[in-house]
Amino acid sequence: MRVTLFVPCFIDSLYPNVGMSMVHILERLGHTVDFPEEQTCCGQPPFNSGYWEEARSVAVKQLEAFKNAEVVISGSGSCGAMFKVFYPELFHGHPGEAEAKALSAKTWEFSEFLVTKLGVTDLGARFDGRATFHDGCHGLRELGTKQAPRELLRHVKGLELVEMSEAETCCGFGGTFAVKYPQISTAMAEVKCNSICETKADYVISNDSSCLMQIGGWLNRNVGSVKCLHLAEVLASR
Amino acid sequence: MSITAEPPRQQFQSDANRTSTDAPRRAAVRRALSNYQTARDRTGATFTDWKSARASAATIKHEAVNHLDRYLEEFEKKFSARGGKVFWASDSKQARDYILHLAKEKNVRSIVKSKAMTGEEIHLNQALLEEGYGVVESDLGEYIQQLKGEPPYHFVFPCMHLRRDEISDLFQRELGTEKTDSPEELTMIARRVLRRAYVEADMGISGGNFIVADTGMISITENEGNARLTVGLPKIHVALIGIEKVVPCLADLALFLPMLATAGTGQHLTGYNSMYGGPRQPGEIDGPDEFHVVFLDNHRTRLLADPEQRDALHCIRCGACLNVCPIFKNIGGHTYGTTYQGPIGSVITPHFRGLEDWKHLSGASSLCGACTETCPVGIDIHHHLLHNRRNAATQKPAPGEQFLWRAFSFLMKRPALYRLATKFAPLGGMLHPLVQGSPLDPVASWTATREFPAAPAGSFRARFRAHTAAKSAALKKGGVQ
Repeated sequence: MRVTLFVPCFIDSLYPNVGMSMVHILERLGHTVDFPEEQTCCGQPPFNSGYWEEARSVAVKQLEAFKNAEVVISGSGSCGAMFKVFYPELFHGHPGEAEAKALSAKTWEFSEFLVTKLGVTDLGARFDGRATFHDGCHGLRELGTKQAPRELLRHVKGLELVEMSEAETCCGFGGTFAVKYPQISTAMAEVKCNSICETKADYVISNDSSCLMQIGGWLNRNVGSVKCLHLAEVLASR
Repeated sequence: MSITAEPPRQQFQSDANRTSTDAPRRAAVRRALSNYQTARDRTGATFTDWKSARASAATIKHEAVNHLDRYLEEFEKKFSARGGKVFWASDSKQARDYILHLAKEKNVRSIVKSKAMTGEEIHLNQALLEEGYGVVESDLGEYIQQLKGEPPYHFVFPCMHLRRDEISDLFQRELGTEKTDSPEELTMIARRVLRRAYVEADMGISGGNFIVADTGMISITENEGNARLTVGLPKIHVALIGIEKVVPCLADLALFLPMLATAGTGQHLTGYNSMYGGPRQPGEIDGPDEFHVVFLDNHRTRLLADPEQRDALHCIRCGACLNVCPIFKNIGGHTYGTTYQGPIGSVITPHFRGLEDWKHLSGASSLCGACTETCPVGIDIHHHLLHNRRNAATQKPAPGEQFLWRAFSFLMKRPALYRLATKFAPLGGMLHPLVQGSPLDPVASWTATREFPAAPAGSFRARFRAHTAAKSAALKKGGVQ
């Protein structure tokens, strides 16, 4: 299958390894990976701030960039939800509505694509350590992804997966919220990170790098010993 | 605190800064709500199919809210036929004036009141006290808050933020009682005061959980029996209820009563569920001589006129969205500065009290969606926070912010420029000069409490290009051999 990657702007700049891990995994499974260079940002930051017109002007470019894709895979549940859930609303009654619906229909969150669409759960990965999984809210509640990442992680040799208490509680990132209300956002990060630390895990894994930026940001300032990894990075390990 | 001259946004911001670092209070609230969650999960599991129950509840409320005219008038007809009086109040002032006038006309001296958020909404107690009427809150939590001179912290659990010793100290100070650590003893202290209030009061005031159209009755749900005494003992009763509380028929309560109890407190049913159809009828032994129902609009019809957010009127005020909200758990109820706290409060307050003054509540959310997931009547709560943000930005864009998003979209809709920019500076670095030093500066705001990820050697697109080039080179080489 020709698989088109959607690598959101912040993964492109800050977490290139996440994107490359997805490439390696998909190529090992025998798929052709395509990355349209015209893609930039899904437009979620202005969208979430209420500036829908500005968001649409960016989103239109993504509609064009992914027009010819067969399937679109996102390594971020949040940016994936932007395509899948919010684009149809953003373009409702505007030019591009049909294209937005089409993009929505062919967009998949990475773990869901592997497990549900491809029916793959064992990627032959090996990763030694004790880890806990954080559910990003957009992946969990907008896209309904809960079991797929856990299915995949259960098949990773050497990995001990432990559930934290309140795994479904928000880490406090929330995009611009994290910098508009830093005190509230930080209090939420603290609660989340305490749950992570209680598990005595060496790693916290998530299918959303934005959550990991928040969690890692707090852990590195206050704890230091727990490392953050994107699901794809773990699944690509041998 | 909510009663303050500070503009709502500044009050929210400064209270949030203080409360979000108050570790002991945050831990206590989290503990209390974790007990709620355990009870709720257990009770919720006894529903054969919670999802279907939720869908039915949403359908019933949709029908009721979209035909308020029909159902409220049906109620009025049935209720009036039994001698009850209905007053339609467009706003707080009309509702307050009606109740004050009634109290004056009937020579009322003291009033006992059971829990009613509508009373908080129209500042009823304050108005009654100013006119010289004694008012006693009869719900234990509300009574404690009244003694403390504070509004409710949570619209279902008014004093959930207080420790036992704080309540004991309050009673000692206000009522002159001995210190005690026993919850039973504390309850008995309040009970002694309240029992006297019921007997002495010549007017009772309550809210109402449901307005039942087909029988012309109101339904009140409670756990202390205080509402029953508040309605039953004084000669005159006034129920102050928001117009959205209507359900079409009595049978609907078979779903809503257990649903409200489950979502609200984790109970199968609350301790007391009563139906009131009007004043005491001939031959009946108890009940008030006069029964007034005040229907409160107070901008609910403004929300009704918004088809996108109309479902917010489905709310049965169970408080579940507060109980699961990570924002509420970290900043507490008073920080909101509103009658209705938490996610649903952040959705409806801008409609009730003005978007410009209250839009910050919709911004103060990570949009995690726990509220929408838990809502028993399926209100799209967190998406409405997004809608409020959009409406606020459309109605009155913030100049600095609009400039920032225009600059952002200018860059992001030009892939070539974006590529060029990422080549020379990581993403944050490109936009940072636009806001450096301003309150919108995200870097300062982030790094005050968190580390920023180390910039990697190259972007994904650069690595992917190299990867693709290496692959095609290997392919060519393979082809030659």
